[in-house]
Amino acid sequence: MDFKNSQFMFLLGGIVGAFVIAQSLYFLIKALKRGKALGITGSVVKKTIFSSAVFAILPSISILIGLIGLTSALGLPLPWIRLSVLGAVTYELPAATTALNALGQSIADPITDPAAFTAVAWVMTLGCITPLIIIPLFLKKIQGGIHKLQKRDMKWGDLFITALFLGMISAFLGMGISDGLLSILTLLTSALLMGICGIFVKVWKVKWLENFALPISMLGAMACSILYANILPANLLPAGLWS
Amino acid sequence: MKDSVNKLYEEQVHLYGRIWMVGALIVMIMVPVSMCVYFGAWPDPIAVLKGLLGVAPIYWTVCTIEVFTYAPMLGSGGTYLAFVTGNITNLKAPAAINSMEAAKVKPGSEEGEVISTIAIATTSIVTTLILALGVLLFSQLTPILESPTLKPAFKMILPALFGGLGVVYIAKNWKIAVAPLAFMIVLFLLVPSLASSVSVLVPVGALVAIGVARILYKKGKV
Repeated sequence: MDFKNSQFMFLLGGIVGAFVIAQSLYFLIKALKRGKALGITGSVVKKTIFSSAVFAILPSISILIGLIGLTSALGLPLPWIRLSVLGAVTYELPAATTALNALGQSIADPITDPAAFTAVAWVMTLGCITPLIIIPLFLKKIQGGIHKLQKRDMKWGDLFITALFLGMISAFLGMGISDGLLSILTLLTSALLMGICGIFVKVWKVKWLENFALPISMLGAMACSILYANILPANLLPAGLWS
Repeated sequence: MKDSVNKLYEEQVHLYGRIWMVGALIVMIMVPVSMCVYFGAWPDPIAVLKGLLGVAPIYWTVCTIEVFTYAPMLGSGGTYLAFVTGNITNLKAPAAINSMEAAKVKPGSEEGEVISTIAIATTSIVTTLILALGVLLFSQLTPILESPTLKPAFKMILPALFGGLGVVYIAKNWKIAVAPLAFMIVLFLLVPSLASSVSVLVPVGALVAIGVARILYKKGKV
């Protein structure tokens, strides 16, 4: 059997997956207990869990597609491992490409040398390891600073965090708006669907929709992007859209 | 009393968060170590170094900036978890923001910390299960997921996500949002190649938004 897809590699993938699930369950249980002590109602907690789970499906499938894209060179388990822990498709592909280029190989071809395979694994691991060192050292100080800010001036503390959100949203919206017509149409469709969901919730009191407005807007906009891509002239579409 | 209970909770989150982070560090490092031992194939250190030089300067900087930008939004528990499971901008942060908005709790508050952690834990579990299922059903799923018909949908996932998320936050805080949004649109139009390094621009957008928010706050306009 190909070493990249050996049972040993799948075992490693299983261990990493189990670790992530265990840590998630630990923090979930801890937050549930704390929520109960703070008087957060069971229905709010249930809605948060359910809507987050539904919301996570589409981005997770997108991550899965990224995983599939890496399998031709790296086999199945290594991309699975890398995307399960501290991974992001936007990082893993350049990391693997750079490592293989340094070895005089290409990401387009399957790796046949185990030493090249382990070199790629090292680069993919070490290239994104900083948060695991920075967070244990500095997170307490960062959060302490934020809490002090909020205690000193509650309103400014809230505005500060809102501004952080808006900074992130602005960067991604700015990228979307300047990324061509298909991206703009998808973005506007999502915003429009969210607006329609808002009307249903606020005017017609369809309360259950509140927790699903984002997944619905996302799914609707993604479905419409297929329609737009088929209608728009090819010269208005992003290069490599269909590849 | 409430303050001391919350302080105890926070202390515990930091203590166990650090333990989990060190555990994650060990698990992450043990993957390539065990691969080298099992396959009897230690790589050429120069090749690893060359590969690292191609990605580390950028990604170590991006990762460091991300920690300082996202930690105040995600809360302590959420940060310890999100930075182990990854996919923060496209999944964990939007899930946390959306859940806090729906639950009508403020980010940075005790309730916000709880809701954000629940949202991030749930999304981490769902992603891990979907990836495991995808690996299990790889040969059956690949033709569907790689079908040309679906390509535009998954390539447009970020505009589809941030369009819906953005309209809610911008409508609520349009006075603060106008300047960073205009800044980003102009920047991306002038230098389209920056789209590949959007993560680096998140803190830039945040700095612009914080500056505008401060001015408006001082003038009593927000």
